[in-house]
Amino acid sequence: MALPPYVGPLGRTWHYGFRVACGLIFLFLIAPILVIIPLSFNAQPYFTFTHDMLALKASAFSLRWYQDIVGNPQWLHSIKNSFIVGTSATALATSLGTVAALGLSRSHMPYRSAVMGLLISPMIVPVIITAAAMFFFYSGIGLAQTYLGLILAHTALGTPFVVITVTATLVGFDHSLTRAAAMLGATPTRTFFKVTMPLILPGVISGALFAFVTSFDEVVVVIFLAGFEQRTIPRQMWAGIREQISPTILAVATLLIGFSIILMTALELLRRRNERLRGIHP
Amino acid sequence: MKHTLKGSAFAVLGAGLLGLATTPAAAESLTVVSWGGAYTNSQIQAYHKPFEKKFGIKINSDDYNGGLAETRAQVEAGNVTWDVVDLELSDIVRGCDEGILERIDPSILPPAPDGTPASKDFLPGAIQECGVGTIVWSTIYAYDKTKFPGNKPSTLRDFFDTKNFPGKRGLRKGTKVNLEWAVMADGVPADKVYAVLGTPEGVDRAFKVLDRIKDDVLWWEAGAQPPQMLADGEVAMTSAYNGRIFNAQVKEKKPFVVVWDGQVWDLDLWGIPKGTKHLKAALEFVKFSTDTQRLADQAKYISYGPVRKSSFPLVSNYTGTNIDMKPYMPTAPQNFKTALRNDFEFWADNQDALNERFSAWLAR
Amino acid sequence: MAELTADTTLITTADGQPLKLKLRQSTRINRIKAFALVVPLLVFILVTFAFPLADMLTRSVRDPTVAKLLPRTTEALKAWDGTGQPPDSVYLAIAEEMVARREDRTIGKVAGRLNYEITGARSLVQKTGRKLARREDLSNAREILTKIDRRWADPLLWRAIRRLSRPFTLAFYVSALDYTYNAAGKIVAQPEDRRIYIPLFLRTLWVSLSITGFCLLLGYPISYLMATLPLRTSNLLMIMVLLPFWTSLLVRTTAWVVLLQRQGVINDLLVWFGIIGDNERLQMIYNMTGTIIAMTHILLPFMVLPLFSVMKGISPSYVRAARSLGASPARAFWRVYFPQTVPGIGAGSLLVFILAIGYYITPALVGGRTGQLISNMIAYHMQKSLNWGLASALGGLLLVGVLALYWLYNRIVGINNMKLG
Repeated sequence: MALPPYVGPLGRTWHYGFRVACGLIFLFLIAPILVIIPLSFNAQPYFTFTHDMLALKASAFSLRWYQDIVGNPQWLHSIKNSFIVGTSATALATSLGTVAALGLSRSHMPYRSAVMGLLISPMIVPVIITAAAMFFFYSGIGLAQTYLGLILAHTALGTPFVVITVTATLVGFDHSLTRAAAMLGATPTRTFFKVTMPLILPGVISGALFAFVTSFDEVVVVIFLAGFEQRTIPRQMWAGIREQISPTILAVATLLIGFSIILMTALELLRRRNERLRGIHP
Repeated sequence: MKHTLKGSAFAVLGAGLLGLATTPAAAESLTVVSWGGAYTNSQIQAYHKPFEKKFGIKINSDDYNGGLAETRAQVEAGNVTWDVVDLELSDIVRGCDEGILERIDPSILPPAPDGTPASKDFLPGAIQECGVGTIVWSTIYAYDKTKFPGNKPSTLRDFFDTKNFPGKRGLRKGTKVNLEWAVMADGVPADKVYAVLGTPEGVDRAFKVLDRIKDDVLWWEAGAQPPQMLADGEVAMTSAYNGRIFNAQVKEKKPFVVVWDGQVWDLDLWGIPKGTKHLKAALEFVKFSTDTQRLADQAKYISYGPVRKSSFPLVSNYTGTNIDMKPYMPTAPQNFKTALRNDFEFWADNQDALNERFSAWLAR
Repeated sequence: MAELTADTTLITTADGQPLKLKLRQSTRINRIKAFALVVPLLVFILVTFAFPLADMLTRSVRDPTVAKLLPRTTEALKAWDGTGQPPDSVYLAIAEEMVARREDRTIGKVAGRLNYEITGARSLVQKTGRKLARREDLSNAREILTKIDRRWADPLLWRAIRRLSRPFTLAFYVSALDYTYNAAGKIVAQPEDRRIYIPLFLRTLWVSLSITGFCLLLGYPISYLMATLPLRTSNLLMIMVLLPFWTSLLVRTTAWVVLLQRQGVINDLLVWFGIIGDNERLQMIYNMTGTIIAMTHILLPFMVLPLFSVMKGISPSYVRAARSLGASPARAFWRVYFPQTVPGIGAGSLLVFILAIGYYITPALVGGRTGQLISNMIAYHMQKSLNWGLASALGGLLLVGVLALYWLYNRIVGINNMKLG
């Protein structure tokens, strides 16, 4: 953006200085993540750049930590668990959340604020309290250290995201469409699947993505609630950071960063699709 | 696009449920819990692998950092997934008192090869009502010799002397060993340590000594951390389990030196949480892993002493090398001169109150 | 001109019912339908989330261990008035019950529970139980017990046991607020050097405030930049905000460990540039600094996203109008632009603050000794000291604080207005 010619030297300094400052802040945001990636290729078992790495010698880099992951049954088991728990929790959270969001967005919904508050609360309550409370309660009913217990817990943590995104999508929803469908003789379920669902699908899917990432990344509840068999990737990383301290963690971290990038791209594509559908152009 | 989205949503849902359905049903397997890192590795080599070969029962190794918390939580919740746990002596005694460990009948333990019954072959205190001993281990402190080119630390007092030996210190987070060391560094002889710590003035004295280095201490919890902290240069000296430093010295060739002055030694034992679903297999494991040869074998991988007298002569070299293990053992005469035996009765009684005091001290 | 007459006939619907009635009926049906859609999730959240929280809060005031394991002693103690020594019935009851508990191996639980509040109770109960088990006749319980140990004659011990035998107890909240029962059974403040929790709560509040402040300081400029740049550029810049947001928390925390260590990247850079000597490396981790830096980084996206969405909605014509009326750029900013962003600041700050006070992972990994927050203490009591009552009490206090802030957030911003980008 070119500066207008009437801006004086003070204005110029301010303008460019501001941009430099912003640049530094963006660096602050992104640098930690970028640092991990080259370090995961470190041939030495250190957490810092060795001299050979800085000199860009090929021998200083290696894939040994990635090979470590593949060769380690504990990591493979954790990866499998993360996906099992993640997809199950997401499926459950999305279904429950979408249906609830439909109810919440209706104008006749009684006690809307209070109910909304209660449904959003798992996102707000500090996760350590949630984890402790769930540990006590689920142990009492025999769900601790089981897959089902963990899935239920993660579902509870994921539904607020689905509810928020779907209600936000429904805000701009044109209810006359459903009324028109009813007028033309469609039953409520048919209306839902044929009219409502396609239009709110982007919101549902972005809510599902949030819920999935919440479960995939969740570690505190897993620490308390999961047994050895149900270890997920974050739980394994937690053990690794505190005890085993090997750069395999960095390799897993890089893979997770790659995974996040994929999810983010998916979300961005959805957003663009949403805008196209609604006729908004950048 | 719409169909692919819906289709993919259903595919994901299906995959999730399918994954759930195929969660593995367990063939007989045993979960053995220990302290991780090099120590667990020595157990895997000496106990787990031969056991799996002989009995065909798979062993899952889990790690923890000591204490009865997880065991107690599992027993109270009625959902015990840990079958055998490697516990410190004070935890074995406490766990037994609280009824969260199974009683182990000592008559199942095999005698020594020369016929000596197990009760005489094991060191005194290594057979408990709810536990069978495996190793003698010790808390020592170690330093990186390249960080002290001139005067080198050699006594316990030097650990608390940040003026002549500057640098950060590493200590195990908690009261065990730290309080004993504090009063010993203050001049209390080994045989009076617990008597002194039993009095409020003694405890105050210990905390005053710890105050001297408080700002320089990095607190570790996992056994693998001290050698890592030394290697990273995060600390100049740190307390550690002696076997972990041995592993760093011999296997990773690090320039660490162990100071044995004031070492606090203790026993580790196998305990079986009450209500485990694999009691028979757990007892087999305990029986197998504590026979003479097995205990001598684990001493090939890490410098912890076996608790059976008949195992001593079988202790030889570090696996695959010519390095004799005997000088690295806590019980070697040259290391044992100022050793203090950890008083488990004292800790069973006073742990709670002292831990509370320690938490308060740490938080300020 | 037509006559205006009040039409007094009732308006009816097609099936002859009064309109008002029918309207009320159909509104009610609609409300039930709407609510019915919400019911599945509501029930689910109640069962999997709300009930556990209620259970935890119950634990913070209930501990029936002693009442359950020493029922007759508890009963007998109720009849005692608290002065002098308790009656013989109490001594007999506790003697017989200690023997019984020894037999079913639960005496350790009683010993442990008493030991939480009465130091030395564990060994006392164990020793007494062992010695009593050898006796046949316990009828002279008072003498027997006092001979085994003098403490059994002390009314202070009995008062403490009586207090512990009550199933409902305030003891956990008393400890959580840094008070204690003195020997006489009255609630007094802990001595200065024994106070842990209130200072920790204060530290948590203060750290969270600092983090919120830093997030605001760092987040405001970049939100402003992104809001005023054309959409293409700002989308690209947004990626740099969203990528950390979507990256796993543990990955980000590990990244900071790598960066901030003594032998880490930042120290290496500083030494390489000659800014500090090799043995003057900064201790930026395992202390409060590490906690603040890492948590600021992690919570920054939560400040940027609400701010950005508010700023995007501010029309640039306001500032242009102000400039055209003669305001300097600074004045235009402070008097015209900034007030319009206040809702975004409020939303972002409250969100960051609420998240910061409950944080556990980051302080646990990079906080060392001085960077621990209240949630780390709760975890300690959950996993190490196993004082679940105290963990629940601390959790209860934290929960009340967060809910109060949440209510505030709802009043100021409105939950319905929560946007996630």
